[in-house]
Amino acid sequence: MATAPTEAAQEQIKIVTDATCTFCGCVCDDIDLTVQDNRITEAKRACVLGKAWFFSHEIEDRPSCLIDGQPASLEEGYDRSAQILTEGRFPIIYGLSDSPCEAQRVAVSITDWIDGTIDTTTSVCHGPSGMAFQGVGEVTCTLGEVMNRGDMIMFWGSNPAESHPRHFTKYSLMPKGLFTPNGRKDRTCVIVDVRKTKSAKAADLFIQIKPRRDFEALWTLRALAKGVSLDAQEVERQTGVELAVWQDLMERMKACKFGVIFFGMGLTMTRGKHVNSEALLALTRDMNAFTRFVAKPNRGHGNVTGADNVVAWRTGYPFGVNHARGYPRFNPGEYTTSDTLARGEADCGMTIACDPMANFSQPAREHLASIPFIALDAQETPTTRAATVAFTVATYGINTGGTVYRMDDVPIPLRPAFDSPHPSDFEILSQIEMRVRQIQGVRA
Amino acid sequence: MMAETFILIPGRTSKQGCGISEGKFKEKYQSEIYTLQVSPADMERLGLEKGDMVRLQGEHGQVEVAVAPAKKDELPEGLLFIAYGEISSRLMGGDTHGTGMPTSKGMDVELEVLK
Amino acid sequence: MTASLMKIAGGTLYDPANGIDGEVRDLWISNGRIVESPGETAAKAARTIDAQGLVVMPGGIDMHCHIAGPKVNVARKMRPEEKRKAEQIRRTAITHSGTMGSVPSTFATGYKYAGLGYTTAFDAAIPPLAARHAHEEFEDTPCIDKGFYVLMGNNHYVMQAIHENEPQKLKAFVAWLLGSAKGFAPKLVNPGGVEVWKQQQSGNVSGLDQEVDYFKVTPRQIISGVARATDELRLPHSVHIHSNNLGMPGNWQTTLQTMKALEGHRGHLTHIQFHSYGGGDGDENTFNSKVTELAEYVNTHKNITVDVGQVLFGETTSMTGDGPLGYFLSKIYGGKWFSGDTEMESGCGITPIKYKNKSLVHSLQWAIGLEWYLLVQDPWRVVMSTDHPNGGSFLAYPQIIRYLMDRTYRQDVLNTCHPRIRERSVLADLDREYTLGEIAIITRAGPARILGLTNKGHLGPGADADITLYTPHENKQIMFEMPRMVIKAGEVIVEQGEIRHAPIGKTLHVAPGYDSEIEPDIQEWFEQYYSIRYRNYPVDPSYLHEPEVVASNE
Repeated sequence: MATAPTEAAQEQIKIVTDATCTFCGCVCDDIDLTVQDNRITEAKRACVLGKAWFFSHEIEDRPSCLIDGQPASLEEGYDRSAQILTEGRFPIIYGLSDSPCEAQRVAVSITDWIDGTIDTTTSVCHGPSGMAFQGVGEVTCTLGEVMNRGDMIMFWGSNPAESHPRHFTKYSLMPKGLFTPNGRKDRTCVIVDVRKTKSAKAADLFIQIKPRRDFEALWTLRALAKGVSLDAQEVERQTGVELAVWQDLMERMKACKFGVIFFGMGLTMTRGKHVNSEALLALTRDMNAFTRFVAKPNRGHGNVTGADNVVAWRTGYPFGVNHARGYPRFNPGEYTTSDTLARGEADCGMTIACDPMANFSQPAREHLASIPFIALDAQETPTTRAATVAFTVATYGINTGGTVYRMDDVPIPLRPAFDSPHPSDFEILSQIEMRVRQIQGVRA
Repeated sequence: MMAETFILIPGRTSKQGCGISEGKFKEKYQSEIYTLQVSPADMERLGLEKGDMVRLQGEHGQVEVAVAPAKKDELPEGLLFIAYGEISSRLMGGDTHGTGMPTSKGMDVELEVLK
Repeated sequence: MTASLMKIAGGTLYDPANGIDGEVRDLWISNGRIVESPGETAAKAARTIDAQGLVVMPGGIDMHCHIAGPKVNVARKMRPEEKRKAEQIRRTAITHSGTMGSVPSTFATGYKYAGLGYTTAFDAAIPPLAARHAHEEFEDTPCIDKGFYVLMGNNHYVMQAIHENEPQKLKAFVAWLLGSAKGFAPKLVNPGGVEVWKQQQSGNVSGLDQEVDYFKVTPRQIISGVARATDELRLPHSVHIHSNNLGMPGNWQTTLQTMKALEGHRGHLTHIQFHSYGGGDGDENTFNSKVTELAEYVNTHKNITVDVGQVLFGETTSMTGDGPLGYFLSKIYGGKWFSGDTEMESGCGITPIKYKNKSLVHSLQWAIGLEWYLLVQDPWRVVMSTDHPNGGSFLAYPQIIRYLMDRTYRQDVLNTCHPRIRERSVLADLDREYTLGEIAIITRAGPARILGLTNKGHLGPGADADITLYTPHENKQIMFEMPRMVIKAGEVIVEQGEIRHAPIGKTLHVAPGYDSEIEPDIQEWFEQYYSIRYRNYPVDPSYLHEPEVVASNE
């Protein structure tokens, strides 16, 4: 995980090559960073989101630790945190998606010792897709397979032009691969969405469906794949799109050599949620009776995939895991954080690299504001402002190293650019874990 | 005027994404999550101009936001778009229907022009 | 690890590697290793464990199981329903909680292996692109030493080097790849077949001489090429092969051809039970056992070793690097199906399966596994495995031991199976019973030797102090299910079924030398086709907890 810096003679400029950007699930690991005076001044090949990520994460001029809004020592912060977590009867730990795996593992450890509930931002992102996969399975591949083989690239309820800006150029549409030597010319791009997003400009075929009717549209395609006859009027009424358009699409899908459907929040956040994802995964599976076809959820944050993996290998379950009985139990809707907060069940908590005070429902936010909790974040957010103990964290991938998992489960190392005086999440969580164990009377 | 029903789609934008890194309390992010995109046809029909304020009333909450016309045919009539964040999440309900995921897209809202 | 002396006194030792077959002897341990007896004049033991009346063996070695990495983790996530009904692994003051079912979570995996007296396990199939993931999971799998085999049989560079007839290039690449991944041995899974699966609907190879499109190599060429490279590199373990046509009636011919394709080089054919079927083309009704014929070949060709891949009745999860096999099984069982293709390297298929004793095919599979143990004459070349979890859980090892040592029990269970297996297999006629010494070979000494681990699988001076103490019992399943004590690197880790200490364990890997002139060629190929940077591919040593490089053979 070491960098290979070269130093310019006069000014102390450092170049870090093959650095990893962790803003979105693309996890591009080909960024060349120019570092000067503890700031990144250039991020070659980074997209607009990546540049904002690299340029904005400077060393925060804030205390590393605040308790009730007042500066405090780290030691006091660790002590208070351990106290909060061990005094609660229903402690929750949430977030993790912008943390390296090394830190995520400690978070799961702490949850285990305190009989707590651990959940990641997956539950409000592709958690429904994870549930769908538990029902149906998934046919998928790593992104290099898309580059080298994919000739029919579909996007459903996903807008990479704005959420994953390098997706098209680096992975899905432009690359010249082993069996796709002509790059874009070897591919057909189909985009299905309820509005004509900026991504639609890249499409050969854009299909605008009725809002909240993704399930019906996917089911129509499943029926067409299996040769089930459909009522044209009903299909149009339900999906907002003529049957002939779906039929044409299905013919194209059957005729391709290697089809890929990337899908996003357009499926998981709207009416149907996991049932929408399930329909898409089932369709993908069905297509394998005709040709090679895969699906891939476009994961939002840099290491949300790592969070799924870490929680799963340690507990057996990917998110929403409760340890109240001394062993892991899983139930989305019961142990997931939107619920444990909105129903007022959590009585204390820790948020790591996430912002529920901004992104959660009103009842969830109100409840979180009413309970003692610890927040770890590199920057100031509505959540850190509401926390009892707020730690300012060194930014992963910029100040600290570790491992992250790209959206396709490929594990990639981080190459930090400059040091920070603030502690890393790993450090903070390890210190809290040690104190929790001390309180519990166990020698570390 | 009478309130009219629309379907609201909160979603990511690159400006909102940059704003997350640049600072959630800064102007760029704040103005992005407070801006409601409306189709040009709906804007005309409602007599709206860029920057006018409207109230969105949903089942679980209400917000007041400034409107901006969507580019060309990006938004069909009847649909509204807003960058995902602190404002849009006020309209989400606490119930996740047993999934862990609150309904965050495709919400019915009543739009009332405030000017 | 303590420098002070520990003595295990008066146990009945089974140490076949050193010719000890049930002798009462003391054992001395210091600094995590077994040492010579200090003699009468030397220091006394700081701790003495009274092993009188107990059976003492080296710690068990599972040389083929699926316990870490992307495929295993997907299977964990995929089967929440199993865990509700399964045993709950509760946390204690010193151990983490976890879940069971057919794919246990990492901590539970370590504790359960240790609970059986196993102290070393090797994951059978890791794509090098995900090697980092396997190492991370290893760090959360305590109590056992670990390593893994690196998937190569559908690797594009490997196929290209073979097609170009460049054995030196292939050899250098195999060495580079093992070093990059920090892996232990080259693994071939349905060589060539997974690439065909990636290229076309329901794609696969049907025989060793079918050419893979574009790469224009055959499975036979891949097998002989990599077997030769492995031997030229003098790697401690041979090439490890999951043959083509797994599960197909009539596949015994493919297996025989695979053995011949080794051309005299060392080769380990894994879960060979699944590859021993007679019968017609895809016709289940003619399914029968060909173990007699295959064992005959193994008996007369010392370059070949096998592990069995025993099937146990019950529900489990099939998980394999054999992508098309996963698809095939999902269509038979009708359950959920996961398939994951890794660029340039490998594939993966996962689906739930259930083996029923009333099914003719499943009963035959069960019988075929047992035939393998009983028909291979040299216990040093046949290893116990269930291909966990494909045939069943590793927790079934004590039950398998009972099958092998107690022919009455074997016959009783045989009688509950589908009656027609008597016509299709010879199990009913096999009287042989394993001795304790032979069990020690097929679960400890044999795998250690096959893996080239000179410090494991035996109790002589210099060996890692990985030792299991069992209370003798007439019912061998009971005897092996709960050891009295398990010692790992000289520390007591399990006592009367409870974890006393949970060290992380070593990672065993190889680092064979190679001509670095090959690197620019690899880098050029890599940067053209992979989706990550060349520099971000190799696993940094910091990922390995307590690494141990196992040197190439002399």
